[in-house]
Amino acid sequence: MVPLSFAGHEFLTRPDGALFWPARRALLVADLHFEKASWYAAGGQMLPPYDSIDTLRQLDAVVRALEVEQVWCLGDSFHDAAGCTRLSDAAQRLLRDLTQRTRWTWITGNHDAGMIDHCGGRIVEEAQVDGLILRHEALAGETQPELSGHYHPKLRVSVRGRRVSRRCFVATPTKLILPAFGALTGGLDAAHPEILRAVGRGAEALVATERKLLRFPIAA
Amino acid sequence: MLAVNAPSLSAPIDPPLTAPLRDWFAARGWQPRRHQLDMLAAARAGQHSLLVAPTGAGKTLAGFLPSLDDLIAHGGAEGLHTLYVSPLKALAVDVQRNLLTPIEEMGLSLRVETRSGDTPSDRKARQRTRPPHILLTTPESLSLLLSYPDSDQLFETLKTVVIDEVHAFATQKRGDLLSLSLARLQRLAPDMRRVALSATVADPDGYRAWLAPYGDIDSVAKVVGEKGADPDIAILLPQDRVPWSGHSGRYAAAQVMAEIETHQTTIVFCNTRSLAELIFQDLWKANEMQLPIGVHHGSLAREARRKVEAAMADGKLRALVATASLDLGVDWGNVDCVIQMGAPKGSSRLLQRIGRANHRLDEPSEAVVVPGNRFEYLEARAALDAVEAGELDPDIFRPGGLDVLAQHLMACACAAPFDAAEMLEEVRGALPYSALDDDTFERVLNFIADGGYALRAYDKFKRLTKDTDGLWRVSHPKFVTQHRLNAGIIVDASTLDVRFKNGRKLGTVEEYFAASLTPGDTFFFAGMSLEVERMDAIDLVVRATARPARIPSYSGARMPLSTNLARRVRGFLHDPEQWARFPDDVREWLEVQRYRSILPGPDQLLVETFPREGRHYMVAYSFEGWNAHQALGMLITRRMEGQGLKPLGFVANDYALACYSLDPVTDPASLFSPDILEHEFVEWVQGSALLKRAFREVAVIGGLVERQHPGKRKSGRQVTFSTDLIYDVLRRYEPDHLLLRAAWEDARARMTDVGRLGDLLDRAGDTMVHRDLPRVSPLAVPVLVLIGRENVAQGSADDELLEQAEVLAAEAMARD
Repeated sequence: MVPLSFAGHEFLTRPDGALFWPARRALLVADLHFEKASWYAAGGQMLPPYDSIDTLRQLDAVVRALEVEQVWCLGDSFHDAAGCTRLSDAAQRLLRDLTQRTRWTWITGNHDAGMIDHCGGRIVEEAQVDGLILRHEALAGETQPELSGHYHPKLRVSVRGRRVSRRCFVATPTKLILPAFGALTGGLDAAHPEILRAVGRGAEALVATERKLLRFPIAA
Repeated sequence: MLAVNAPSLSAPIDPPLTAPLRDWFAARGWQPRRHQLDMLAAARAGQHSLLVAPTGAGKTLAGFLPSLDDLIAHGGAEGLHTLYVSPLKALAVDVQRNLLTPIEEMGLSLRVETRSGDTPSDRKARQRTRPPHILLTTPESLSLLLSYPDSDQLFETLKTVVIDEVHAFATQKRGDLLSLSLARLQRLAPDMRRVALSATVADPDGYRAWLAPYGDIDSVAKVVGEKGADPDIAILLPQDRVPWSGHSGRYAAAQVMAEIETHQTTIVFCNTRSLAELIFQDLWKANEMQLPIGVHHGSLAREARRKVEAAMADGKLRALVATASLDLGVDWGNVDCVIQMGAPKGSSRLLQRIGRANHRLDEPSEAVVVPGNRFEYLEARAALDAVEAGELDPDIFRPGGLDVLAQHLMACACAAPFDAAEMLEEVRGALPYSALDDDTFERVLNFIADGGYALRAYDKFKRLTKDTDGLWRVSHPKFVTQHRLNAGIIVDASTLDVRFKNGRKLGTVEEYFAASLTPGDTFFFAGMSLEVERMDAIDLVVRATARPARIPSYSGARMPLSTNLARRVRGFLHDPEQWARFPDDVREWLEVQRYRSILPGPDQLLVETFPREGRHYMVAYSFEGWNAHQALGMLITRRMEGQGLKPLGFVANDYALACYSLDPVTDPASLFSPDILEHEFVEWVQGSALLKRAFREVAVIGGLVERQHPGKRKSGRQVTFSTDLIYDVLRRYEPDHLLLRAAWEDARARMTDVGRLGDLLDRAGDTMVHRDLPRVSPLAVPVLVLIGRENVAQGSADDELLEQAEVLAAEAMARD
């Protein structure tokens, strides 16, 4: 985990894309997309039915390791509004356990708006915490510092003939976009025009490695 | 050319032709060739047949002749009579000449139609209700035809299926698919005859077995065409010295241009797309007479390729620089010279490329090989000797892909419900699946039905269900539509479109190549020097520039040196009597090597170690081809890491592998032990991009995921899933899943040449000769000069690479 200062607050970034807020013992994760595989299976693409349990186990491990007290999910936590009803028994148990052990907040996104069931936790459209706005999708005209998800940013670079692709944060002085945490969530290039439109000029892609936070300017 | 233009012989034609055919030949003053008549005899005897003949022997007509004969004899009865399957979509030219023209000239009222992905849907529908006598199609389109419920009626009248260019694809996945389709067709039309047309191949019996139902080789008549005139092949040497390094023969531009000037039309074959671009640039600079020349490769936009092909057909070009995209089929009568830039890699491939020139059997084809370096000179020499000796590269027939089987079974289910036991029996009639076991077959069915996972989560989403009669059927019509949209065997790498700012598309480049570019970089493409303006997820926007371009590197698996050429090159090293044939500098190179180190015997594995500029080098001359050497390099450097030798990297070519490290290798035998294949190899392949690439392919072909259709672009909002992530999840939760097995088999067999790697390691213990030298040996130079484009050692390297990239990016973006 490596430190990141944003809008006057100190955070720790993790290579898996989660953001830890030590002052509040809070964990922020974006775009879990639970039951994405089964959503596709219903349409005939039989993706492995292990994405939810995999994502939950990873999340559970982080919550235990960092003694997390509150969890903020920044939207698209379920791949669709009915996603929770399709969770396997094991996944439901683990999720209920997590939402009981921590103060758990679901911020809704475009995929899970109007979710039917959620195995505990409270549901909000957006939230304000210590002067930071938490929402699913970055708002272009927002003047306050804002944390969001939605875009699944990913950095791709090629060095000495080898291509490296990693989940990354996209940051400006007032906006921080988290990468997707879900096991089956693909990525959008950090320099994609849609991301640049959302965050404006002067953005950086931040890649957390085990040792340090790497910063890559994003060419507009 | 259709037939021998010879004075009519006194001997009667045997077997006798039907009158219209006989008169047609006579009217042209032609005599049917022996093999054409042999094909007719096989047909009349009801036998399947394989025709092996060189280009220009009138193979296509030989394939159609029995069908025309039979259709004439039976008065052109309604119904589909003959199915012609070609690996190419562009069938028009050859078929016009060999089928439509004769039909027209004989005044036969036969309908001939084509069917491929480009055929309009109303015509496709009509073809099923009112079929032509002869239908020309591809393996993929045939498989789709078999997915229609009325396919049993369509094919019940079928008498013959003719497979063209069978040597080009029988051993690949498209061959697997066609083989399964043949088994299906045989069930729908039990008397159907199978006919295959092949270029000259090393092992015709292998193809007979592939063609035969249930591998019954005796049911297939072998017909051999007459041998053409021996080709006239020369090796082009540079005016000064044979270069130490390089693969391209770029030094020879002026000499190649001189060949172009003295011939009517020349095809210049290059082994890679990037080389084709570079050679085109070089030739253009040397083109003082301003002759019209063009470039053709698979990355160019389809319109650009069509334009070049049309210009060639009209005789408007004097030379075409091309890649393997021209290896098959496209026949231009006016080509009279073929030039191979760089080493040919195999004698069969060289012969087939040479066959593009001069489609007249009785005149020698003219060809020139331009070796890129000293080893390539030896390889070119070896190829010429092999061609002269009639020695061809072996084709390896492998068990069929399980992904292809899944696609075929889904197609069958779309046509009609089937009984599993009957279907298994039918599938085993296809040679690639003859050893398929019951359990694997069951797993493939379950995979199609619901993914076949141990966690039975998708019972309510099943695509296939077993009904009360025990028949497997598609559960909903939407899955039939889905299958037809996604079926196919060729899975393209993800690509970016190369465009000008005004939107005009020049072609595509593979994503990993685009990822190595940043705005301001220049590269050659479509015969132009282009500067990158910007790129996003789907487009690489460029403008033309006068600045010199950096070398594009389209990498990926390469065509490796064939085993028979490798054997011949090893033979040269050990046999100084042969050296008299070589140019002075190549001979001198070998002589100094013999003086300073040794020249290994044909069965010896020479390993040299020496220090140089603070590093220690180990070079192994294993001659197992680029792909096997790449894999070996990864494994050996890992092992060196384990032995604390501090490896820095490795480089490889088709002939040798060089590893370099901070500490010297003193016991090379410990690095080359066969157990490396059990531990390090498995670990490495599982973590490598190879397996992910293989997984993506089997996931698409097997129908797990839908293919990304060009035009239906990934928009910013609709981010889909990546097969790399599916692979990761599946490996963690169900490592013995059918698709992982299929991907693993592909990666092993088709991507890493593991067979050759295994052979090498098995004999390394007994055959290794280690020479510890005070300095670099002459033989080591061609591989050592590759350093600079090095592969870094494994380990935590990804993070280090990212850190380097950060420093570079900071430097590049600094605004001071």
